[in-house]
Amino acid sequence: MRMTTSDEDLALAAAGGDRAAFASLLDRHYDRLFAFCFRLTGARAEAEDLTQDICAALPAKLASYQRRARVTTWLYKVAVNAAHDRRRRRATYAKATTGWGDWEVNRTAANAETSRAVDWLTMAMNQLPEDLRDTLALVLDDMTHAQAADILAVSEGTISWRISEAKKRLRAIKEMEDAG
Amino acid sequence: MTDDLDDLRALMDSATPRPDAQRRAENLMLAQENFDALQGSRPAPRPTSRNIFSGVKTMLNAMTTKGGLTATTALVAVGFLFVTPMGQDLWQGTPTPPPLPASVTEKRAVSEDQLLQQAPGNFSEALLSADRQEADDFAAGDAEGSLAPEVMEAPVVMSDIPSRSADVGTEAGGVVVIQSLAAEAPLAQTRTRAQGETLSLVAPAPPADAIQPLEPNTEAFPDAAPNPLKITAETPVSTFSIDVDTAAYSVVRSSLMRGQLPPKDAVRVEEMINYFPYDYPAPDAGDAPFRPTVSTMTTPWNPDTQLVHIALQGQMPAVETRPPLNLVFLIDTSGSMSDPTKLPLLRQSFLLMLDQLRPEDEVAIVTYAGSAGQVLAPTPASARNVIINALNQLGAGGSTNGVGGLEQAYQVADGMAADGEVNRVILATDGDFNVGINDPDALKDYIADKRDTGTYLSVLGFGRGNLDDATMQALAQNGNGQAAYIDTLSEAQKVLVDQLTGSLFTIAGDVKIQVEWNPAQIAEYRLIGYETRALNREDFNNDKVDAGELGAGHSVIAIYEVTPTGSPAQLSDPLRYATEESTPSSDEWGFLKLRYKAPGDDVSQLLTTPITAADAGSEAQFAAAIAGFGQLLRDDSYLGDWTYADAIALANSARGSDPFGYRTEAVQLMRLASSLSQ
Repeated sequence: MRMTTSDEDLALAAAGGDRAAFASLLDRHYDRLFAFCFRLTGARAEAEDLTQDICAALPAKLASYQRRARVTTWLYKVAVNAAHDRRRRRATYAKATTGWGDWEVNRTAANAETSRAVDWLTMAMNQLPEDLRDTLALVLDDMTHAQAADILAVSEGTISWRISEAKKRLRAIKEMEDAG
Repeated sequence: MTDDLDDLRALMDSATPRPDAQRRAENLMLAQENFDALQGSRPAPRPTSRNIFSGVKTMLNAMTTKGGLTATTALVAVGFLFVTPMGQDLWQGTPTPPPLPASVTEKRAVSEDQLLQQAPGNFSEALLSADRQEADDFAAGDAEGSLAPEVMEAPVVMSDIPSRSADVGTEAGGVVVIQSLAAEAPLAQTRTRAQGETLSLVAPAPPADAIQPLEPNTEAFPDAAPNPLKITAETPVSTFSIDVDTAAYSVVRSSLMRGQLPPKDAVRVEEMINYFPYDYPAPDAGDAPFRPTVSTMTTPWNPDTQLVHIALQGQMPAVETRPPLNLVFLIDTSGSMSDPTKLPLLRQSFLLMLDQLRPEDEVAIVTYAGSAGQVLAPTPASARNVIINALNQLGAGGSTNGVGGLEQAYQVADGMAADGEVNRVILATDGDFNVGINDPDALKDYIADKRDTGTYLSVLGFGRGNLDDATMQALAQNGNGQAAYIDTLSEAQKVLVDQLTGSLFTIAGDVKIQVEWNPAQIAEYRLIGYETRALNREDFNNDKVDAGELGAGHSVIAIYEVTPTGSPAQLSDPLRYATEESTPSSDEWGFLKLRYKAPGDDVSQLLTTPITAADAGSEAQFAAAIAGFGQLLRDDSYLGDWTYADAIALANSARGSDPFGYRTEAVQLMRLASSLSQ
C-alpha cells in the first residue's frame, strides 16, 4: 500500500469514522508506540500492557485529535496520559493491598521481584522520579524540547531543566555503581 | 553533556525490545473492535451509574475458575485485586487479552449480585469508590475527560455487536433506502465482502471471523449485485433509466488517491462511464432534445463477444438565452463538516460557481444541523460581496437540529419562484441527512412532491468517512437532480463550473431506455452497470414511473456485452426442448426504444431505432476502457484474464483531445489501482 497519505490525513479520516484509515494509522505507529511505552515503563510486560491500554482507548480519543497537531505528538500525549493512569492505578492498588494478609503481600513481593530483574538502564530509569522519566523518554525518542513541552504540557524551560536534572541523577547512579 | 544523552539513547535503543507479534496483532484488533463499537455509540453519553456497573462486571468477568477459592476469606482482597486491569494481570500470572464479554453467563451475573449483597457494607462501598477512582483516573488522564466512559464500556459493548451494527445501519438511514432500491443481495453479506476487501489492504489480516459482523464505518453504499447475464430467448427485453450521476467516480478516485481500493459497492460502472464528456453528434435543431448513437465493437476482454454502445447526446441550448436561476443552497453545518475537505472546500466550490451566475440569478442559503436557519435571504447574484460574506460566515459546529432545514429550503425556493425561471435546491452534506424529516421514505416522498411542483434537488457530497452515498443517490434521483461527490477543487470546477448548465438545466425528463434483443442474432446479453436503475418492463410505457433526467449538453452511455448466437463465448447451453427458431431472420441485433418527456410535460415521447452492427469510434473505445476498469474494481467475473494494463492501453489509445484532462486522470487512477491490487 502507498505510504504517501500523511498521518494527519489518516487521523482525520479515522476520526470521521473511516476504519481502514484507522487500521492503517495504528499499524504504521504501533512499533514506535510500543518502543515509547517501553521507555516510559522500563519493562517489557508493562510496555505491552500499556500499549494495549492505549490501543483500547485510542478510538475514543480520536475525537480529541486536532488537525493542527502532528499525529506523533498527539499519540505521545495519549501515551503519557495512559502511563500516568497506570501508575496511579498501581498506587491505588498498592495502597489498597497494604495489610490485606500475608497471601497478598507475598504476591506483591513476587511481582516486585520480577520487575527488578531488568538491566541497568531500566533500573536507572526506574530510579528517576516519574516526571524526569517521562521527559527523558520523550527526548530519547528524538522529540525536540518544544515537542516534549507540548506533550507534557509544561514550558520548554522546564523540559531543559528536567533533562539536566535527569542527567545529573543518572551520573550519580553510575558513579555509585562504579564506586560500589 | 550531549554525549551522555547520545550514549543513553544508543543504550536505550539497543535495550528496547521488539513488540511481541502476537500481542501486536491482538492489540491492533482490540483497537479496531473498539473503533467499530464506537462508531455507533459516540453521540450518546452514558449515564454514570452504568459505568460503575460495567466496571464491576468487567472485573468479575475476569475471574477464572481459580476465583472460586476467594469466595470467603479473601473476598475483600480479591475485590481490590480485580479493581484494576493491573490486578487482573497479576492474578492470572501472565498478561491476558481483555476479558471476553461473550463469557458473560447467567451464573456470573448471579454471583455478581451475591457478591455485592454478601459483601460487608463498607466493602461494597470501598469497592465502588475504588472503581469510581479508576474511572476518575481515566478521565483525569484524558484530554476530553468525558470520553473515558466510552473506553471502559467498550468490552461490554462488544457482546451485542450484531444488534448494534444493525442499529448503526438504521441510524445511518441509508439502509432503509437501499433496500427499496435493490433488495437482491443479502445486505450483511455484501457489506462484509466490501469490508473484508478494504481491510486486507491495510490491516495485518486479523482473523476474519472476529470482525465480520461489524460495520466498516458509517459510509453507506447501495448494495446492488452486478447485473447478471441474461439469456435472450428467456428475457429478450431489458429496461432501465438513464443515470447522469458522477458521484461513484469521485468516490473511487478519492479512495485510490488515499492508497486504498474503493469498497466494491461504491463502484457504479455507469457513473464512472458517464463521468466523462463524450464527443457524440448533437441533435439537429428541431429534433428531439437528444440524439441516440448506437455502435458496436469487439469486446476488449473477450474476442468472441461484442459491446453495444448506446450513447445519448443532449443538445446544448444557447447559454445566453437560459432562463434565470433561483438557487437555494441547503448546507450541512454539523460539527463533522469542519474538516478541510468539507466546509472549506464547499465554500471555495460555491465561490467558483458564483462567477458563473448572471446578475438576474438569485441565491439563498439555508443551513441545517449546527446553526439552523436561513443565513442568506434571496439575493441577486450581482450582490457578490453579500453572498461571499454569508459563505464565509458559515461555521461548522454544534449538533442541534432546528426545524426541518429541507422544508425551509423549499419554502425559500417557493418564495423565489417566478414564471419561466428555474428553481433548484442544492443540498451539500458529508452524509448527515438530518434535514428535519427522519423517515427515509417520507423524505423521498417529500422531495418527489416538490419535484412535481417544479423545484428540483441536487445533492453534493463532501468528505469521506460518513458519506451516505446510498441516501445521496436516492434523494437526487427522486429530486430529478444530480448527485455528485466533490473531493477536490478541480472536481468542483467540473461539476459547478464546466458542467453547471448541464446540471441545472434539464432538457429531457424521465429518460428510459428499453432494448429488445433479437434471439436469432444475440444469444446472451449483459447490461454493464445501471444496477440501481433497473426498471420493470411495463414501467417503460408508464409515464407515472420516474426516471433520470438529461441535462443540457450531457451525454449518457449504456454498454451491453452481447454474445452472438453460435459464438464460442456463449455461456448457457441451448435448451434441448425449446421450440425451434421461429423469428423470421433479421439482420437486426435488437431494437432500441427511448422515452422522454419534454421539460414540464406529463406525457412522454417515443424514439426508436434498430440496433445493427456499426463500427464504434474512439469515444466508445474509451468508454469501454472505463467499463472494464470499473468491472475490475468490482471484481466482476466476466473479464477473464483482462488486466489493468489492458485497460490502460485501451484508454490511452482512445484518449482523444481530452481538453479538461479528465481522461488522463482516469489513466493515472488505473495505474494506481493496478499497483494497489498487486
